[in-house]
Amino acid sequence: MSAPTFLLDGRPVAFAEGQSILQAAVAAGAYIPHLCFHPDFAPHGSCKVCTVRVGGREAAACTTRAVAGAVVESDTPALNDERRALVQMLFVEGNHFCPSCERSGDCKLQATARDLGMTTPHYDHFYPDRPVDASHPELLLDFNRCILCSLCERASREVDRKNAFALSGRGIRTRLIVNSRTGRLADTDVRATDRAVHVCPVGAILPKRRGFATPLGQRTFDLKPISAVADSSAEIEEG
Amino acid sequence: MCSAVRREPDPAEAAATAMARHRHDPHELVQVLIEVQEACGWIPPPAIDCIQARLGLPRARILGVATFYAFLHIFPRGRYRILFSDNITDRMLGSEALLQRLCRSLWVERGRVSEDGLVSVDTTSCTGLCDQGPALLVNGRAMGRLTPARIDEVAEKVREAVPLEDWPAAWFRVDDPVRRRDALLSGTWPPGEALRAGLARGAEALVGEVKASRLRGRGGAGFPTGQKWAACRDAPGRTRYLVCNADEGEPGNFKDRVLLSTAADAVIEGMTLGALATGARRGFLYLRGEYRFLLAHLEDVLARRRAQRLLGESILGHEGFDFDVAIHVGAGAYVCGEESALIESLEGRRGMPRNRPPYPVTQGYLGEPTVVNNVETFASACLVALHGAKWYARLGTPESAGTKLLCVSGDCARPGTYEYPFGVSLREVLSDCGAGEAQAVQVSGPSGATVPAAEFGRRIGFEDLPTAGAVMVFGRERDLFEVARNFVHFFAHESCGFCTPCRVGTSLLRNMMDKLAHGHGSPYDFAEIERLNRLLQVMSHCGLGHSACNPVLGTIAKFRPAYQRRLAHEEFEPAFDLDRALAAARQMTGRDDAAAHVREEEEGTA
Amino acid sequence: MDAPVRKLRVATTSLAGCFGCHMSLLDLDEGLIGLLERIELDRSPLTDTKEVGECDVGIVEGGVCNAENVEVLREFRRRCKVLVALGACALNGGLPAQRNVLSLPLLLQEVYRAEPGAEHGRIPDDPELPLPLDRVHPLHEVVRIDHFIPGCPPPAEAIGAVLGSLLAGEARPLDPALIHFD
Repeated sequence: MSAPTFLLDGRPVAFAEGQSILQAAVAAGAYIPHLCFHPDFAPHGSCKVCTVRVGGREAAACTTRAVAGAVVESDTPALNDERRALVQMLFVEGNHFCPSCERSGDCKLQATARDLGMTTPHYDHFYPDRPVDASHPELLLDFNRCILCSLCERASREVDRKNAFALSGRGIRTRLIVNSRTGRLADTDVRATDRAVHVCPVGAILPKRRGFATPLGQRTFDLKPISAVADSSAEIEEG
Repeated sequence: MCSAVRREPDPAEAAATAMARHRHDPHELVQVLIEVQEACGWIPPPAIDCIQARLGLPRARILGVATFYAFLHIFPRGRYRILFSDNITDRMLGSEALLQRLCRSLWVERGRVSEDGLVSVDTTSCTGLCDQGPALLVNGRAMGRLTPARIDEVAEKVREAVPLEDWPAAWFRVDDPVRRRDALLSGTWPPGEALRAGLARGAEALVGEVKASRLRGRGGAGFPTGQKWAACRDAPGRTRYLVCNADEGEPGNFKDRVLLSTAADAVIEGMTLGALATGARRGFLYLRGEYRFLLAHLEDVLARRRAQRLLGESILGHEGFDFDVAIHVGAGAYVCGEESALIESLEGRRGMPRNRPPYPVTQGYLGEPTVVNNVETFASACLVALHGAKWYARLGTPESAGTKLLCVSGDCARPGTYEYPFGVSLREVLSDCGAGEAQAVQVSGPSGATVPAAEFGRRIGFEDLPTAGAVMVFGRERDLFEVARNFVHFFAHESCGFCTPCRVGTSLLRNMMDKLAHGHGSPYDFAEIERLNRLLQVMSHCGLGHSACNPVLGTIAKFRPAYQRRLAHEEFEPAFDLDRALAAARQMTGRDDAAAHVREEEEGTA
Repeated sequence: MDAPVRKLRVATTSLAGCFGCHMSLLDLDEGLIGLLERIELDRSPLTDTKEVGECDVGIVEGGVCNAENVEVLREFRRRCKVLVALGACALNGGLPAQRNVLSLPLLLQEVYRAEPGAEHGRIPDDPELPLPLDRVHPLHEVVRIDHFIPGCPPPAEAIGAVLGSLLAGEARPLDPALIHFD
């Protein structure tokens, strides 16, 4: 018996029982924009960039179960407008100064913004004060670029078994924190080889002393838009 | 207990005591943190060390939880922590002037701790004393009916560092004016009678009776109670839980406060009926932190009911009917009124709404089937057990059986609690409370509906105006734009921060409303507000985000002139005052020449 | 192809920027020759004209960091039918906006008082010098902007594409391939 399918923008996508729309789409190599989702971790549903229209209403594709025969709209002007607005919100919420970021070109926030045709952050900037943590010998933690996707928190807990990261605060004051009495990354048990470090979709957690090995302009999403990168959820390693 | 401290308690000792009281259960983290906060006035690092070691929780997780709740502090906030209730009804009663008066009197800046560490003064979301505002909390203790004279007395007590327990008890008196009683509030029955009636029917028949009564959830959403109980009972699980949602955070609501203080037996008895119906053996009453003053009274009621064999093992001698209730206290987070966020909080986490499905009736507290019902729903269930479904269903309207407690506040002569059968018109309510010439009523709270005078014929009920209870009355002279702005500030303050649209969008919306209020508005901003409203409505994770734009949409639709007035400019203007943005530089350089200023832009010269 | 009835009049300026975006404009290389047949420059660092006249298009590089930037930007908004924000600083404040998390008084103290050298520890008060704003702002926070070209600097082709669409009298969205934030 063949696997059940749903229609994503008119094309059938096969899914396994229990998969969400996004899990099935990613497995089938179909692109739905997303930032806080990673196929190795339970869907979180917080960034809302993967919002699709199904059953007459908008729903996050990562947390909405795939149902046989469902008609899912994703690549529509209206949804892309709304997604662009969400990405713009993420840009003004933090301090995203791409020209100085080692992740530029490999950054999923930036790549998603490009793919959605975002040319301006549009909203008034918050310019939050988020000091950088450079205490760790191997890693740089730049909270300015954090989009609160919690992938590092999930990876550290589920794969590294360390609980090195967590979200703190509430509302617009939500911040990433690390698990040490001093609040410094150096005083946690995080190592550069941890999954939590590599799962970051933006330039918030970076290895030190590995600057610009690949020149700007030749990086993953400089060569191909994120929607055309085969596994858009995979970790992008510079190099 | 809630007092300003006389001697510094040992944080580690406070943590040890709190953890012992909660059987060193990590799920009790929120309760443990609250008790440390109570003892020390904040949560000092040595207390966190202790909790981390004993409960085996990652420090970052403890900090994540502690910083989520507005009443928990990981930095000292002063020996006296004074928070003015910032609901629009408090503001209408002059709370802003009182706050400023207190700040001036104590030489403290709003939001800051005084240099000597004595006091901090700030605002908090509605504390549920709208029928006796303006109100404040001092170290968590509620104080209503504030006047300038009382504020001066408070300032004196603070300056003299008088311990809170030595302040006059009358200052902390909370009244519960009930202006109209109907089936629920006039029904008096000896404790246990509804339960005996339920037992006489049997669990199965009781569920059927509650279904047939058409009793619906009283928190506002109106889910059929019998259906929820049956779903929980039928869901596979090792055990079942029952939760009474007394996290009454929606501004303008205070009926749960009144029920818990004047009819706690009915509420607990309703919970026990729910336990009989679903087979739950443990129940929680999640009491919002602002209502902490009810805690001792509620514990007394629970203790008495245990002694009366109305709680505990073999209730009323029925072998195998075991049920008890534990009270969990909240710590300042409106979002915990959402049932799945409430469960997260019960489990000792940040109160963030879960992804649904699964719903709590199948996977709730600790993953087991859980019923979460409103305080008033449980109390109303007693009437069904006592009088039967037919009797109950005759009250109210076809869609909305029974009665509803309304919390009337704002511009009226007789604020307080009013119980009506469903179907009562706003006009009748307004007439009963002496509202006079009202221009609008906010029904249910900020997430509800703004109803203009022309629609006062509308009726309370699920078919027309569903409500958690709040009826905030706005007289002729009130500015509905300012009402909406107050509500938007509330949502921005209470957004849990989980999803992008609500976390960022509610703050953007707040800033846009402030921009209009500060005279920088143009049609551009109006269009932006409407666009943001749509985004919040369709993209947000939970009801908080979905409804954050309701007050704005409602007032734009019904009170457009209040916005039009704010669109002072034809062309786009910055959200900030450009000339004021040079003030710091002027001061540093001592300059005041023409080039040291930005001229006001002339309109229409383009 | 129909020849345009008249040349588009274009003004350009750099506010709190580094002129890198203007350099990128020059990177259109031979494309400039064709472009100059269809546009004429008004105020621009390329013409050294100081006053801006009535223009079809204004192109502004850099963010708004001081009183003079505000005046120039407003002048551009008044004189230009279409206003284009060019480059990272114009879009989000860029490098100059890195000071936004610091208070201006502290900043001036640090630069002029704490560090010995310039001005003998005095904060300059010459009326010729524009006063800094308490924060650096991107252009869209100060005036209405019609088009945005991101990049630090934006690729020459992106500038060419936007000018091309303006010459054609249509608002084509920028091809994602030409959108860069670095």
